[in-house]
Amino acid sequence: MTEQIDAGMVARRIAESDRLGSPDPGREIGRARRRKEDARLITGRTLWTDDIQLPGMLYVAFLRSPMAHARITRVDTSAARNQPGVAAVYTGRDFAAEQGSLPCAWPVTEDIVIPDHPPMAVEEVRYVGEAVACVVATDRYKAADALEAIEVDYEPLEPVLDMTEALAEGSPKVHEAGNRSFTWKFSGGDVEAAFRDAPVVIERTYVQQRLIPTAMEPRAVVATTDGTAFTLYSSTQIPHVLRVMLALTTGIPEHLLRVVAPDVGGGFGSKLQVTAEEVLCLLLTRRLGKPVKWTESRSEGNLTVHHGRDQLQRITLAAERDGRIRGMRADLLADMGAYLMLVTPGIPILGAFMYNGIYKMDAYDFTCTGVFTTKMPTDAYRGAGRPEATFAIERAVDELAHELGMDPVEVRRRNWITHQEFPYTTIAGLTYDSGNYEAATDRALALFGYDKLRAEQADRRDRRDPVQLGIGVSTYTEMCGLAPSRVLGSLSYGAGGWEHATVRLLPTGKVEVVTGTSPHGQGHETAWSQIAADAMGVPFEDVAVLHGDTTVAPKGMDTYGSRSLVIGGVAVLQACEKVKDRARKLAAHMLEASPDDIEFSGGTFSVRGTSAGKTIQELALAAFAAHDLPEGFEPRLDADVTFDPQNFSFPHGTHLCAVEVDTETGMTKIRSYVAVDDVGNVVNPLIVEGQVHGGIAQGIGQALFEEAVYDSEGNLLTTTMTDYLIPSAADLPEFVTDRTETPATSNALGVKGVGEAGTIAATPAVVNAVVDALRPYGVRDVRMPCSPERIWRAISESGGAAAGWAGPTEAEGGER
Amino acid sequence: MIPAAFDYVRPASLEEACHVLATTGEEAKVLAGGQSLLPLLRLRLAYPSVLVDLGRLPELHGVQDRGDHVFIGALTTHDEVMRSPVIREHVPLVALATATVADPAVRHRGTFGGSLAHADPAGDLPAVALALGCVFVTRMTGGQREIPASDFFVDYLESALDPGEVLVGVQVPKLGAGWGFHYEKFHRTAQAWAIVGVAAAVRTEGGAISEARVGLTNMGSTPVRASAVEAALRGAPSPAPDGNGASNGGHDPVRDACGEAADDTSPPADLHATSDYRRHLARVLTYRAVRAAST
Ligand SMILES: Cc1cc2nc3c(=O)[nH]c(=O)nc-3n(C[C@H](O)[C@H](O)[C@H](O)COP(=O)(O)OP(=O)(O)OC[C@H]3O[C@@H](n4cnc5c(N)ncnc54)[C@H](O)[C@@H]3O)c2cc1C
Repeated sequence: MTEQIDAGMVARRIAESDRLGSPDPGREIGRARRRKEDARLITGRTLWTDDIQLPGMLYVAFLRSPMAHARITRVDTSAARNQPGVAAVYTGRDFAAEQGSLPCAWPVTEDIVIPDHPPMAVEEVRYVGEAVACVVATDRYKAADALEAIEVDYEPLEPVLDMTEALAEGSPKVHEAGNRSFTWKFSGGDVEAAFRDAPVVIERTYVQQRLIPTAMEPRAVVATTDGTAFTLYSSTQIPHVLRVMLALTTGIPEHLLRVVAPDVGGGFGSKLQVTAEEVLCLLLTRRLGKPVKWTESRSEGNLTVHHGRDQLQRITLAAERDGRIRGMRADLLADMGAYLMLVTPGIPILGAFMYNGIYKMDAYDFTCTGVFTTKMPTDAYRGAGRPEATFAIERAVDELAHELGMDPVEVRRRNWITHQEFPYTTIAGLTYDSGNYEAATDRALALFGYDKLRAEQADRRDRRDPVQLGIGVSTYTEMCGLAPSRVLGSLSYGAGGWEHATVRLLPTGKVEVVTGTSPHGQGHETAWSQIAADAMGVPFEDVAVLHGDTTVAPKGMDTYGSRSLVIGGVAVLQACEKVKDRARKLAAHMLEASPDDIEFSGGTFSVRGTSAGKTIQELALAAFAAHDLPEGFEPRLDADVTFDPQNFSFPHGTHLCAVEVDTETGMTKIRSYVAVDDVGNVVNPLIVEGQVHGGIAQGIGQALFEEAVYDSEGNLLTTTMTDYLIPSAADLPEFVTDRTETPATSNALGVKGVGEAGTIAATPAVVNAVVDALRPYGVRDVRMPCSPERIWRAISESGGAAAGWAGPTEAEGGER
Repeated sequence: MIPAAFDYVRPASLEEACHVLATTGEEAKVLAGGQSLLPLLRLRLAYPSVLVDLGRLPELHGVQDRGDHVFIGALTTHDEVMRSPVIREHVPLVALATATVADPAVRHRGTFGGSLAHADPAGDLPAVALALGCVFVTRMTGGQREIPASDFFVDYLESALDPGEVLVGVQVPKLGAGWGFHYEKFHRTAQAWAIVGVAAAVRTEGGAISEARVGLTNMGSTPVRASAVEAALRGAPSPAPDGNGASNGGHDPVRDACGEAADDTSPPADLHATSDYRRHLARVLTYRAVRAAST
């Protein structure tokens, strides 16, 4: 235990020094500022979508299909219409002519099948929870009561629940066109050659279970119109994308549609969507001429917020006996669910470039087939494709190490790109600009006390201790900062990946930053203020950041894919520089000097070599008064920048996890967890730490706790938080976090993004640790989540029933 | 997650509460902390027409030392129970088990009596009440009853309380000197319900177990008394505090006795565990609980 305490102390000391302020006094960037948004958020002075009350507002409730797959033969809404307080009841048929089809913006192949996706089902339902009718009433209680009075007759059709069976001959079809949506392939190098006569081949199948994103704030929508123009408030990550998509879907002209993301309480990808409820609320307000509101319950959310992951991965590695990887194959089935939503098919494809991880290899082959099932559609969930890829390669490398009798860290060292080799173009075609895997790993091993833990593990194995120790390694990288528009175009994505910023110097010298990113918990108001304060030479407190409303911030690509700082933050910096260029011209004019002789420092423009100068505040007022400006100078000190990155960014790091597995009960306890991340330069260490903590918690959630379970009829069983387990602080160890800082070379801030790192890294670290603990029992995999029962069965089935206690009986074997 | 409409009354006396219940009949439901009842209403799994809130009845509240037993008023919250010096001193098993219930928010609202009246076999307190041989004191218009724990838990979510009958409080017997206690709860996340729980009270005398009481949580449609284990433990040498019987698999009479923990149980199967796994856990956890209670 002593090394754990040491590690904790080191981390605390690092954290302390962060908190003492910027390593470079006077600079905002690098300071561990508390988030300026938090006082408001934690004292309830917030405006969530559900808090919005408009005069005459009506409340919407949706009747949802109880059948996984059925034909709708009759809907009778007459009784519901007559209930007190009910303003209207509609079925899918009532909106058939105007509701259109929910958009899919990522047709990954030319021959992809994109089925029609009506916001409210008209003829057929294809998952439990699909909306079939809606009630609009004077309060939400009356709306809920009236739902019970709607009668729907269904003619049951066969559910399609298993991807492999869905692709088999004779399977019932989810859609007329069949159950295969697309097959997407990528190949780099000569894979045949890499596998030919390979001394070691590791082949494994991993199941990425289906997950339910669990944002703290459930989804909510408010829609209103003045008869001409429309406003939609939504708990969304993507107000800008949503506006464009809603205009295309509903026919409401884009210039007459305003979309607002008020305070938004988390998303993790689940609010990167154009939802049926958003479309229908807009159509309802158009039809009824009154404001409408819909807020989901947690159970409704579990059913109908898009789900995450759900892939079946077959991974094959070819290697030399010295551990060097020759090549790999990744063969995926990805469950799309019943329909393709905004970026559903693109999610596994985002992972396609990451299966090789941080390793050098000669050849790589990737195939992914998207499969329809009668379940809730899947789409982006924290990490989106990249956690799946990282899990597969990091699990497989551990298996390779075990096969060769080598230490898992050593196998990684033999294969990873060394720091001298950057920039490095991988076999998947990406160019990693910078990184230092050696440094991050060495730091992590020291903080973890790796050798001591290995010694303890050996001792417990020798003693046949019922509590076994396992050590899991995860050395990850991820492609972040989504994304260069030309790359997105080459991948058939429907939009670009630029980001917009406006910086305005106000007459009194304060600074307004308008960003196209749409924070929902990330702390952009703080971080962007730090960037602008440094660039403009104004106090942090003098900067305000505006966002999340298409009227206030008309241009943007929003927040997902660890893109906001790397693209949006850089746009803010560039806009500040542009404002300063204007201010410099004005200063030169006022100081009667040449702009080339003007220096900028600490918020003052001065003539080189003299004491004459103008502060940025003085210039702001001068531009406002506009009495004496240079010839042709417009009276404004503001600027717009739309920044499109040239490359992705590539954060990386090494996470180490030690677990204690109680072999008698199968219970896993995380004993210690060390994360050393390299996210490039750090704007605010406290925010980075928060993102890492939350990310690790979510990654642990997938490894040990979370799973969306459907029964054999296609009913979702995990509709409450009693059944869908997410870890809380009480279930998690104290995380020891540290950083190495290898600046990104692809952007002016040298930043890489941190939103998804923890989630991507943690899942394989934990599962590798669980499997490592069980190696003496001959266990080589445990399906996620590694629940106590699964672990107990894994031990029993490998013939290693925990000393003295009987294993499962024949009768009740079976997968859980 | 929106309940159907219902009426709400908050009687000012126990008399009045009984009266309201008697006149409304089966349509009425008693509301205590609401931590089990409100979820049922919100999921529309229950449609009572009237909720009778007991929240303002002081006679249902509080903990009293009554000599040979401790009386716990039905409305006493979990939080009050686990902090009560009287309970901690005289009937510590109740405090130990209550401390594992849910999370602080639920424990500040949920009540001792509500937990028992709800008769959820997955609740932590029914198995404790059964093991300790508690007596349930009730009132209804024109009468009162005392129901022994062995008769109180009838079926899944079904107690011996008649409609119109209010649980006033519970007598928890003090077991006296020589007894040790432990509640072993197995759950996946900190605030989750027990997959299996074991309440153990063990009396040791002269290096041997003279009496044991073992109640099982979530091993059937009601809480279960592990009578076979209790019988088999009688006379067994009390387990050595440092001995690790679990790893050497050698002969250990206490362990053998606990191997009978799942006998005659029909545990449920759900998302968190199959019945088979629950049986296995019952054996392992009973051994752990008995060992902990013996030392
Ligand atoms: C998130 C969550 C987690 C939980 N986890 C656990 C856990 O781990 N372990 C555990 O044991 N419990 C758990 N519970 C349940 C909790 O202990 C409840 O407090 C308890 O089950 C019910 O107590 P209550 O006072 O809230 O009763 P209520 O919900 O008000 O009532 C429950 C039932 O008992 C009846 N009732 C209540 N009081 C009386 C009375 N005096 N006379 C007659 N009938 C009465 C009601 O009519 C109703 O049918 C959890 C609850 C929640 C919400």
